[in-house]
Amino acid sequence: MWCSGCGIGVMLGAMLRAFEELDYRNADTVVVTGIGCTGKSDDYLLTNALHTTHGRALAYATGIKAFNPKLHVVVLMGDGDSVTIGGNHFIHAARRNIDLTAIVINNFNFGMTGGQASGTTPGGSFTSTTAWGNPERDFDICALAEVAGANYVARETPYHGWELKELIKEALNKKGFSLVEVFSPCPTHFGKNNEMKEPREMLDWFKERGLPVERYRKLSAEEQENHFAIGKLVDRDAPDFNTRYEEIRVRATAQKAG
Amino acid sequence: MGKRVGMEVAIAAAEAAALCKFDVASVYPITPQSHVAEHLADIVNDGRVDASFITVESEHSALSSAMGASATGARVVTATSSQGLLYMGEVMPITSSMRLPIVMLIANRAISGPINIWNDHSDIMPMRDTGWISFFAENGQEVVDMTIQAFRVGEDRRVMLPVNVNMDGFQLPHMVEPIFFPDQEEVDRFLPEYVPYATLHPDRPVSMGTLGMPEIYAEAQKAKDVAVVNSIKVVKEVWKEWEKLFGRKYEPIQSYRTRDADVALVTMGSMGETAEIAVDALRKQGVKAGLLKIKLWRPFPFAELKKAVKGIRVLAVTDRACSFGGPGGPVCSEIRSALYEESVRPAIVNYLIGLGGRDVQAEDFMEMVRRAAKGKLSEPYEFYGVRG
Repeated sequence: MWCSGCGIGVMLGAMLRAFEELDYRNADTVVVTGIGCTGKSDDYLLTNALHTTHGRALAYATGIKAFNPKLHVVVLMGDGDSVTIGGNHFIHAARRNIDLTAIVINNFNFGMTGGQASGTTPGGSFTSTTAWGNPERDFDICALAEVAGANYVARETPYHGWELKELIKEALNKKGFSLVEVFSPCPTHFGKNNEMKEPREMLDWFKERGLPVERYRKLSAEEQENHFAIGKLVDRDAPDFNTRYEEIRVRATAQKAG
Repeated sequence: MGKRVGMEVAIAAAEAAALCKFDVASVYPITPQSHVAEHLADIVNDGRVDASFITVESEHSALSSAMGASATGARVVTATSSQGLLYMGEVMPITSSMRLPIVMLIANRAISGPINIWNDHSDIMPMRDTGWISFFAENGQEVVDMTIQAFRVGEDRRVMLPVNVNMDGFQLPHMVEPIFFPDQEEVDRFLPEYVPYATLHPDRPVSMGTLGMPEIYAEAQKAKDVAVVNSIKVVKEVWKEWEKLFGRKYEPIQSYRTRDADVALVTMGSMGETAEIAVDALRKQGVKAGLLKIKLWRPFPFAELKKAVKGIRVLAVTDRACSFGGPGGPVCSEIRSALYEESVRPAIVNYLIGLGGRDVQAEDFMEMVRRAAKGKLSEPYEFYGVRG
């Protein structure tokens, strides 16, 4: 149901392969989606799915995980859901370090409604609401997740399909809030308005600019401006929400009993 | 003296706002309003209006920043639909309480769930009691005219209230229609420069939106009610002037072939045109059918309704939203209540139609009239043509 050249299908394929390799069962897996192109993903799934409102998928998912920690909870969002209309929930889910995996398709604009500027539209680029260039700056989603407290942060592109699956697998295995940002081509809107009309051109853009994080970090700040890091950016093991909550519950119960 | 052009109605709505020389447009895109958002942005980006377009991060921010701009004295337009309108819901009553005359273009769309992008009125109905003036357009021409009228009414010193212009999603914004546009000079004459009552200005500071203790909160609510109720005088005055200037007549309730009507349909929004076709067809068959079209939803035109129903035996009121567990659709509920005190009043039947974009054809309206002629349905209201 997506446009030709879109990256969402590649992400979805990688996610499903990761589910299969990790032996996830439909019954114990919940995929939560929001609104927009990425929000349509649940139409393809046989797992439990909860299609929610724009920007709030993480809040719904928090409720699911808090009540039933045994479920694998995966949240699929676009850049609109995650860091534009739903930015507040994003930083709070990371701060709370709730044990779920957020996969964010970042196609740099609101694709579903016709390619308007979003919170990740790069400064200066063209969209249907910024015909002469975007005056605003864009969010670095991974950096946002890192400073907000996520345990695991990675970035990939559909050009690197196998690596994407591996990173999603790692993210699924990680306890606490994990994020995989997936840069995605949107040749229909963002590409068309920014001299990358052909799907291949956006993939080439990712291929040329995306550098493995180890190499990216060796570049000077000036050189980094023309590139972005791909791979695993953050990996830490702070206790997740349910663990902390359980600790306090046990302590409170013991004190009350004592 | 104006010009007639073929134009997509969403774009025409934005063009109408441009003729009003808005200072700020603050809009978050949502289907089926997106072309309004995009075209407002283009108008600003191309420098056709000396204004700012804010690519806000949500509808909540759209109306909040619209209010901020309006509070500094700007003429502000925003636009939304469906869930976006609900998300603005927290802000809307405050806009009217602060008496900020923002104009909102609404491409009406069903609310979730299930998620549905097509047209009905379930988005605006929960916003009924937020203290906004509500216009309902029937076609592209009315969208354009009402957008310009909305600024004039809202900014009138006797009114000072926000106004929303409702256009049925897809049926109107996505259609290309022939539309007469007034000249810029004509609009300038009709719509004087906005003179705000009070603004946030360093030279003359004011506080807006402060706490209302129980001793004053009720008075504030009453003051708002008085303002909304009284605004009907200004709406009617402005519509009379519009008719004089441009020859197109607007009334809170527009009657179609009701002079000798036995049964009259009641519609609000774009379905009025389809209902007209049904009325004409019924008349040809000898059925004395008529039609009342509500153009002004808030303030509700009680006196005009009472006048319009004189002589009608049965009203077939159509609603495009549900009031679950309530007395019927919101429009019918209003009409029943409005006519309760009348010694002579029509029987009323209520059909819920066109939910979530369900097609309603002229034949359906004819059938509704035929059945309404009996004066009663088996239920207090009926989901017309709905399975289950």
